[in-house]
Amino acid sequence: MTNGKSNQDKLKIADREFNSRLMLGTGKYPSPEIMSKAIELSGAEIITVALRRVDLNDPEYDLLSQIDKENVLILPNTSGAVNADEAVRSAKLAKAAGISDWIKLEVTPSPKHLLPDAKETLKATEELVKLGFKVLPYINADPVLAKHLEEAGAVTVMPLAAPIGTNKGLRTIDQIKIIIEESFIPVVVDAGIGRPSDAALAMEIGVDAVMLNTAISTSNDPFLMAEAFKMAIEAGRKAYLAGLGPVSETARASSPLDWLKK
Amino acid sequence: MKNFIDIYNGINEQEILQKINNVERRHVINALSKETLSIDDFIALISPESDEFMDEMAMRSRHTTEKHFGKIMNLYVPLYLSNECTSGCAYCGFNKDKSIPRKTLNEDEIEIQLIELNKMGFKNVLLLTGDSRKYAGVDYISRTIKKARKLFPHVGLEVYPMDILEYSLLVNSGANMLTVYQETYNREKYKLVHLAGKKTDFIYRVETPERALQAGFRRIGLGVLLGLHNPVTESVYMALHAGFLMKKYWRSEVSISFPRLRKSEAGYIPDYDVTDFQLVKIILALRLFLPTVGIAISTRESSDFRDNMIDLGVTMMSAGSKTNPGGYTDNCSGKQFEIEDDRNVGDVLRAIKKRGYSPVFKDWDENFLSTKGGIFGINH
Repeated sequence: MTNGKSNQDKLKIADREFNSRLMLGTGKYPSPEIMSKAIELSGAEIITVALRRVDLNDPEYDLLSQIDKENVLILPNTSGAVNADEAVRSAKLAKAAGISDWIKLEVTPSPKHLLPDAKETLKATEELVKLGFKVLPYINADPVLAKHLEEAGAVTVMPLAAPIGTNKGLRTIDQIKIIIEESFIPVVVDAGIGRPSDAALAMEIGVDAVMLNTAISTSNDPFLMAEAFKMAIEAGRKAYLAGLGPVSETARASSPLDWLKK
Repeated sequence: MKNFIDIYNGINEQEILQKINNVERRHVINALSKETLSIDDFIALISPESDEFMDEMAMRSRHTTEKHFGKIMNLYVPLYLSNECTSGCAYCGFNKDKSIPRKTLNEDEIEIQLIELNKMGFKNVLLLTGDSRKYAGVDYISRTIKKARKLFPHVGLEVYPMDILEYSLLVNSGANMLTVYQETYNREKYKLVHLAGKKTDFIYRVETPERALQAGFRRIGLGVLLGLHNPVTESVYMALHAGFLMKKYWRSEVSISFPRLRKSEAGYIPDYDVTDFQLVKIILALRLFLPTVGIAISTRESSDFRDNMIDLGVTMMSAGSKTNPGGYTDNCSGKQFEIEDDRNVGDVLRAIKKRGYSPVFKDWDENFLSTKGGIFGINH
């Protein structure tokens, strides 16, 4: 059974609406054909593309050519940028090449863990917003940084669940709960989601969308896994909309209100 | 980014009432099991369905308050500077049409009152005026803040609403907190009881907390005057307003008061008689909805009620208050409202300690501030 609440439920980012709450990365797939089939099965309507992999003189070539651009938003990312200047420069190139004025901002100075640089990410967001970009920054699960980015004009924040590529699940759940509580903009969990149950849990606590790559692209069966994530994210979202049931009630001794007449 | 008025305009009071009517027992149970409550959970908790869960709400409120604030009670004292007023608020003792003895303290008189309050141990003074720019103008208030700051590390204001530039001036004079009661969130009722002066402008009033926060006040106090309109819908608006400000102005501290209409010199008879039970329920629900919001109870409430609420969610209390200008040394001017808890400070302190709570006079120090707020620096 479906009801009105979930039928009308759309993900809104900036001025666009999406039916799917799953975003997919495009790196790491065994072939472009497998990638595009997995995307189709996942229902994802936002997919990220590393600008450093795109031939900016011929952006239609290779990766992007496989994608149905009618139904899918191509979201370029700045992966590989080590500081704000590099990220801003690559965003400008993506815009000039006609790819998008949306940018998934990744500033990761250390190639070892690919953890985002808070200071440079904020700086780049401020600059890119001034230039008219829709900025979706990848961040550590830092609620205060999330507020700074919101004030700087970011259209979402994308906190990590666990270090990228680790498939460890929602290790930062307590901070992510605070980010959800405090944000006016959508919160997308990015990086670290390994299992469909992780994605379902993220959706259950009120995350607006989940961004994935490794968990599907390196699965033994990317197609089956894409469907599994699609279902998990829908299940988690519906549970969130329905409201989760109580866990327990605590026993108590005396009434603190025996002085109060009804 | 949206302002609260945009949120306000998107809400229909009838819809809130409808939601209250639709609350079922299971909604209350669910709300009580959550770490973070939605506004619908808050509505469940203030609905009649929660009556049988009041003990549980009280325990949770106590626990949550202790977790965030500790076993402490912040103390402040009001200082009425002037009862001159151009507003015609039907319920208020300072109403311009009332023939009460009017008084505006001069500099020497202010000094005497401040010294008196300082001797009583207070470090947090709340300066109040009626709505009269003629007798208590911005310059007068600014000078008084500077004078007060010599003896008090924290100075709050409860004065007529102003523009951002005026608030900035007062922040730079040393004011730390601004309290402005909406009185009622029902536009029609607001119009009916605010009969004259600048205060008739509902929207200007609703937007006042945001002007103050943009001007650099770090602390803001909100409130509804319970009794004017349906306490249930009023508390929903109040909760939404406070929650919105805490989220948008995330560097700021927000606190809430729930003054119940008392007999004032105006002789106004409130439409709603808000019972102790209703007021307690609203306070408990609000604590669960906004775990970190400050909750103040003034001496409008009785000593018994205040003492019983010490460990159930309240974080701020006034004590030894007088509501007429000059009242700490003489009694020659009209009061705003009658005091119910007329105990002296020592008795209130004893009551707080008896509950196992520690009274706190000072919780602020200007030396922490490195930047000027508002239009002179960052917003709070």
